[in-house]
Amino acid sequence: MKLVTAIVRPEKVNDVLEALYRAEVRGVSMSRIQGHGGELDRVETYRGTTVKMELAEKVRFEVAVSDDFVQRTIDAFCAGARTGEVGDGKIFVSPLERAIRIRTGETDQGAVTPVKP
Amino acid sequence: MTAGRLISAGDTAWMLAATALVLLMTPALGLFYAGLVRSKNTLNTFMMSIAALAVATITWALVGYSLAFDGTGSLTGGLGNALLKGVAFSPRAGTHIPQLVFFAFQAAFCIVTVALVSGAVVERMRFVPMLVFSALWSVCVYAVLAHWAFGGGWLQANGTLDFAGGVPVEMGSGFSALAAALVVGARKDYGRQALLPHNAVYVLLGAGLLWFGWFGFNGGSGFSAGRSSVLAFTNTLLAPACTLFVWFLLDLIRERRVTAIGAATAIIVGCVGITPAGGYISPAWAMALGAVAALPSYAIIVWRPRTRVDETLDVLAAHGTAGLVGIVFLGFVAQASWNGVSDGFVYGNAHQLAWQAIAALAGPAYAFAATFLLLRLIALFTPLRASEHEEALGMDVVQHGEEAYATGEGAILLSAETLGEAPLPVTSA
Repeated sequence: MKLVTAIVRPEKVNDVLEALYRAEVRGVSMSRIQGHGGELDRVETYRGTTVKMELAEKVRFEVAVSDDFVQRTIDAFCAGARTGEVGDGKIFVSPLERAIRIRTGETDQGAVTPVKP
Repeated sequence: MTAGRLISAGDTAWMLAATALVLLMTPALGLFYAGLVRSKNTLNTFMMSIAALAVATITWALVGYSLAFDGTGSLTGGLGNALLKGVAFSPRAGTHIPQLVFFAFQAAFCIVTVALVSGAVVERMRFVPMLVFSALWSVCVYAVLAHWAFGGGWLQANGTLDFAGGVPVEMGSGFSALAAALVVGARKDYGRQALLPHNAVYVLLGAGLLWFGWFGFNGGSGFSAGRSSVLAFTNTLLAPACTLFVWFLLDLIRERRVTAIGAATAIIVGCVGITPAGGYISPAWAMALGAVAALPSYAIIVWRPRTRVDETLDVLAAHGTAGLVGIVFLGFVAQASWNGVSDGFVYGNAHQLAWQAIAALAGPAYAFAATFLLLRLIALFTPLRASEHEEALGMDVVQHGEEAYATGEGAILLSAETLGEAPLPVTSA
């Protein structure tokens, strides 16, 4: 059981969601964040004030998956988020100690496996 | 025309105020359009309207006004008034207002019309080609159509009635917008992703301010404080109210809910519909026109997004179509007892309807063809669109180096000395 965290460009969010859907990865959280991944800084000017924007808008996805789903989740993120330019983002995979589905009280493997309708 | 030698203080006072009202319509349109796009394109969209204030005012003073209003040539006016030559305090022929006021009033029309066309190409067209296009369009399309419809050109000379610009402003912008959308092409995510309006409040406020300005637009098109202005003014209240109500009903039938952005659109459609007819039809017919104008515009707004044509902010539906309805409707119900000029078909004058129909064909045809060629011409020298990557980033940052909703988080102040140096390391201050 792993937590897959992916940080991607905001304009690639729809592509990522589509790729995850195709990979049958369900149960996704996303949040809007700001970050810096080595891409070129944007310079903006407001009247006499010129600033360098160190932080760019990014989107963070968090997906808890069972071990045999990790690779296809990673592949989906890469397929959806890659443009080839600096600033495409990162994927982090970390071990997950416990998971509980609040509705049923199922734990761990059962909790991260999608419900079959 | 001995009376024409006189200036009326009352007429002039109203026309000065009306000109200011019309000028307000351009930033109002900017707000309306800005609300309809995604947040990353807010400023660029607004700036396309603001740009018209600069570009179209200058071109209008240089040659546009002269081409539209100097003499009664069939296709265009002359160059006798270029650079405001001879435009001063003497009355404009047929009015009791100084030519300078007449010039300024007509300039505000040209400005807002140029701004209208931008709605077709927002979120992807580059800003500098847009400036070039605006300059050329204001002269080659707007001034020509304005001459045809109310500068003494062939449509007006043959009896076409167009009170406040159904041909040059509404059909001119609407059908040019269609051509512009076809030449520039769709946004990269069009038809693949939902591209939603980011601020419906801007849209409603912009529409409200446009309606407010439209009282000057229509109410001033009698060039006096006289009967036709009074009639057009009141019709500008009545017609959009009816469009709004019919739009509510259409929304209720289609979705069982009344939408806010639909309401804002309806206000525009109603104002557009009454524009050509304002001073020529009775208040009761104005209400009918408002109601009728809602139907085709609504249908096109529902249908157009299902096509491959990314005429982004539906200028064709709101302006081209409603303007066409107004021009033709006027041919049916113009009433000499109200306007002192001409009856329409319903009152026994088929000739009027024929020339309204001819205007409804010729205006759109010229606007579409000329715009298509102008943009193709500009594209020979510079790309019209931003790259896909830039489009994804948003036009605000790429074209203007600003954001509408900058938070300042992560912004590092650059002094004149550090500008252009290697980026500073990312460390906490």
